[in-house]
Amino acid sequence: MVKGLYIHIPFCHQICFYCDFNKVFFKDQPVDAYIDSLGKELSLWKQQGALDQPLETIFLGGGTPTSLEPQQLERLLGYIHEFVPMASNLEWTSEANPDELTYEKMQVLFNGGVNRLSMGVQSFDEDLLKRLGRTHNNNDVARAVADARKVGFTDISFDLMYGLPGQTMKQWEDTLEQAFSFDLPHFSAYSLIIEPKTVFYNLMTKGKLNTVTEDLEADMYAKLMNEMEQHGLLQYEISNFARPGFESRHNLLYWDNEEYIGAGAGAHGYVQGIRYSNHGPLKKYMEPLEQNERPILNSHSVPRKEMMEEEMFLGLRKTAGVSLAHFVEKFGVEMESVYGDILKKEIESQNLVIENGRVKLTNQGRFIGNNVFEQFLLA
Amino acid sequence: MNQEQRLARQKKIRNFSIIAHIDHGKSTLADRILERTNALTAREMKEQLLDSMDLERERGITIKLNAVQLNYTAKDGETYIMHLIDTPGHVDFTYEVSRSLAACEGAVLVVDAAQGIEAQTLANVYLALDNDLEILPVINKIDLPAADPERVRQEVEEVIGLDASEAVLASAKAGIGIEEILEQIVAKVPAPTGDPGAPLKAMIFDSLYDPYRGIVSYVRIVEGTVKPGDKIKMMSSDKEFEVIEAGVFTPRATLREELTVGDVGFLTAAIKNVGDAPVGDTITHARKPATEALPGYRRLNPMVYCGLYPIDTSKYNDLRDALEKLELNDAALQFEPESSQALGFGYRCGFLGLLHMEIVQERIEREFNIDLITTAPSVIYNVHMTDKEVLKVDNPAMMPDPQKISFIEEPYVKATIMVPNDYVGAVMEICQKKRGNFLTMDYLDNSRVSIIYELPLAEIVYDFFDQLKSGTKGYASFDYELIGYKESNLVKMDILLNSEQVDALSFIVHRDFSYERGKLIVDKLKNLIPRQQFEVPIQAAIGQKIVARQTISAIRKNVLAKCYGGDISRKRKLLDKQKEGKKRMKQVGNVEVPQEAFMAILKMDDQSK
Repeated sequence: MVKGLYIHIPFCHQICFYCDFNKVFFKDQPVDAYIDSLGKELSLWKQQGALDQPLETIFLGGGTPTSLEPQQLERLLGYIHEFVPMASNLEWTSEANPDELTYEKMQVLFNGGVNRLSMGVQSFDEDLLKRLGRTHNNNDVARAVADARKVGFTDISFDLMYGLPGQTMKQWEDTLEQAFSFDLPHFSAYSLIIEPKTVFYNLMTKGKLNTVTEDLEADMYAKLMNEMEQHGLLQYEISNFARPGFESRHNLLYWDNEEYIGAGAGAHGYVQGIRYSNHGPLKKYMEPLEQNERPILNSHSVPRKEMMEEEMFLGLRKTAGVSLAHFVEKFGVEMESVYGDILKKEIESQNLVIENGRVKLTNQGRFIGNNVFEQFLLA
Repeated sequence: MNQEQRLARQKKIRNFSIIAHIDHGKSTLADRILERTNALTAREMKEQLLDSMDLERERGITIKLNAVQLNYTAKDGETYIMHLIDTPGHVDFTYEVSRSLAACEGAVLVVDAAQGIEAQTLANVYLALDNDLEILPVINKIDLPAADPERVRQEVEEVIGLDASEAVLASAKAGIGIEEILEQIVAKVPAPTGDPGAPLKAMIFDSLYDPYRGIVSYVRIVEGTVKPGDKIKMMSSDKEFEVIEAGVFTPRATLREELTVGDVGFLTAAIKNVGDAPVGDTITHARKPATEALPGYRRLNPMVYCGLYPIDTSKYNDLRDALEKLELNDAALQFEPESSQALGFGYRCGFLGLLHMEIVQERIEREFNIDLITTAPSVIYNVHMTDKEVLKVDNPAMMPDPQKISFIEEPYVKATIMVPNDYVGAVMEICQKKRGNFLTMDYLDNSRVSIIYELPLAEIVYDFFDQLKSGTKGYASFDYELIGYKESNLVKMDILLNSEQVDALSFIVHRDFSYERGKLIVDKLKNLIPRQQFEVPIQAAIGQKIVARQTISAIRKNVLAKCYGGDISRKRKLLDKQKEGKKRMKQVGNVEVPQEAFMAILKMDDQSK
């Protein structure tokens, strides 16, 4: 059953050097037509019956949703209200760039039902920000948070990044300290991953990127977890921290292996047992919708074996881990009978632990999660 | 045909090979000759060959384009039958070259008009001279801007001592001089001698296995005549067979009523066992046998050994099958089972040289789909024990206890390196570092030098080619021949991973270089072996003595931070890739070691630069 909706806004005024999401420069793009296409896509989902039950979460991501003008945002929210039934406790997040998040746009969002802001702060070191290709500065962040609170937002999160080229431990500590000064209920902190087709990747292959060592990155991660704990923010996932009750339910939905609709160019979704992705290029995304067809690039009906694998390698990202009972309920077999050897081995190596009927990563295991997850892929 | 017709035909036969240094234009010249004599365009030739390949599939025949019969109508109005016998170009395959040359009366020597004589040219010329062949020098690529045919002509005369006054100036690429080469073959290469009426003597110079027809023997008829239905006998084993097919390659396999003196073609006789028709054997008639066999080939012994192990230990039997199949048309390949504590069961394989080793390894991985771990190549050491016994050791792991060794000898080669004189210093430095003894140096002309060194074969095995290439910007050419064994102060270096000795990583090294090499290899291994979940010390030891140490620190962080807008497939792909990568690693004790690590020793000198 579909529980959430992800909407992709592929426009940016400035492309960050590490980003390999589907995105294009805002300028000269058919933004208004794109919003209509999104509306069309949602209407098709509605017709198909995937939007009959109220959704629990909506997430506007990108690209940059805040690259849209207020009127454009308003039209987008209008489409969502038209086609998407919403649960009373709906969590509705929008990603936002601090420098683009004007008071007016925030009002449009808030009045339209958005109740959570996820700001792409990344760092409080302005030199580092420039080297990431970000356009905002620390004043923009302070102003955006103050305005957001004035508008009425309480659930505000910062995205932070560490393991950045040339970043020192000192810089990371400073960023954390400044971030805590905002007294927010939620933080996401991601280590930089250098993906192909990014500015950073090209620099790296030319040997011109001053990447951090694995050891420093691990130290930064340890520092992060430690600091978060000190500030009463509980880690509920590899990269996410929140005050109790402020966990991002949309984020958890992915790790809970639940179903969600992904709408927009290049978006991914998981509906009725099928994982699919939409065409990325705007033209290829928009054209089928004009013919009332979904803009599917590929789709894959997830077999039971893969579903089990995903239950594990996604679920183990959560601090709560994977419930043994839920596994039996979902797949009709004990987790032990499928993964007995691996569980035994990883528990012995102290990467996993079983507590209160749930299997979870230990603190040690969390650092090398991929090595643990990998083993849950069945041959 | 009657005796008279056969003799008349025999006078019109010309058998020749083309010998050349790599890239001097041998294949292009062969193509031109094929076009010219068979009146085929390049395009048609290709098509025809492709047809043959289809035939190959339909009938299960494998056709090698290595002994082609051609017809050439010369300026004297007569039509000549030519057999062009292909030769491989690399030093590892000197043996095959000598086999091919033994089937000929003449050789076309192709020398690049710009580059002149190279080490490989010389080696092949000497082989041709050993076989008493008429050598026709051809100076190729005269249309290159850098061509200097006169200098090269002089080189041929001075360095090889051949009369090059009539050397053909050619450009195989542009089709210049082809006619003249063919005319010289007619005029200068002697017709085969031999009596078609005499008892049969057919020399097997190559063979391949065909699942439908059994062994296809490539033969040169030296005496007598053979036709389908004849009862034949292998002179080495006295085993008898009945000829089923006789034919030649045109280049298509074409059946003939008979093969007679001077013919180069193939015979099949439902021979199932490759050992029953060994290359170098003489075939004769069962009823009227020849009294003595033709001089056989010197069977070349492998010079380089290494262990081949399947990464997936369950593929051990597949590996054996693969090696057996390769052995069928690669007589030089030798193998026997061995086992390693670190790697499990595998095979110790002997090769003619490094290239040969790489080719076999690649064919096993590609054609038979078996992922391999190759241990560092080793030469054969003569180990003289204190009890006077002499052991031949081709696997460092098998080196006896030093206490029981009196002394060790290692194989040496005489290496000839030709190089523009600007690089003499670089070459000497490399040779010196490789424990070489300088022998002589000669100027080939005023800009090129031939340098001769005595070098331990083991040092050549270790990336000598690569160093030579980079040290001389690719200008050096190199050839070597084994000259025998010399005593050396050698020690066995063991490598310990996580305090466990890994037998497959042991190597033999000269004592003077042992500390340096030990340090290099542990550094190298540190970079090649990925971080594990625990700290892994790497040690290099001679006996009980640790000479170098490094530590691979434990893995610290390996977890993907983010999910890309609900895109699970990326996470899955990453995990899949990671898992796949681990499959290609070998679990040694509790350390996962990638394939490359076992070859690390080969590339040791990378880091010393």
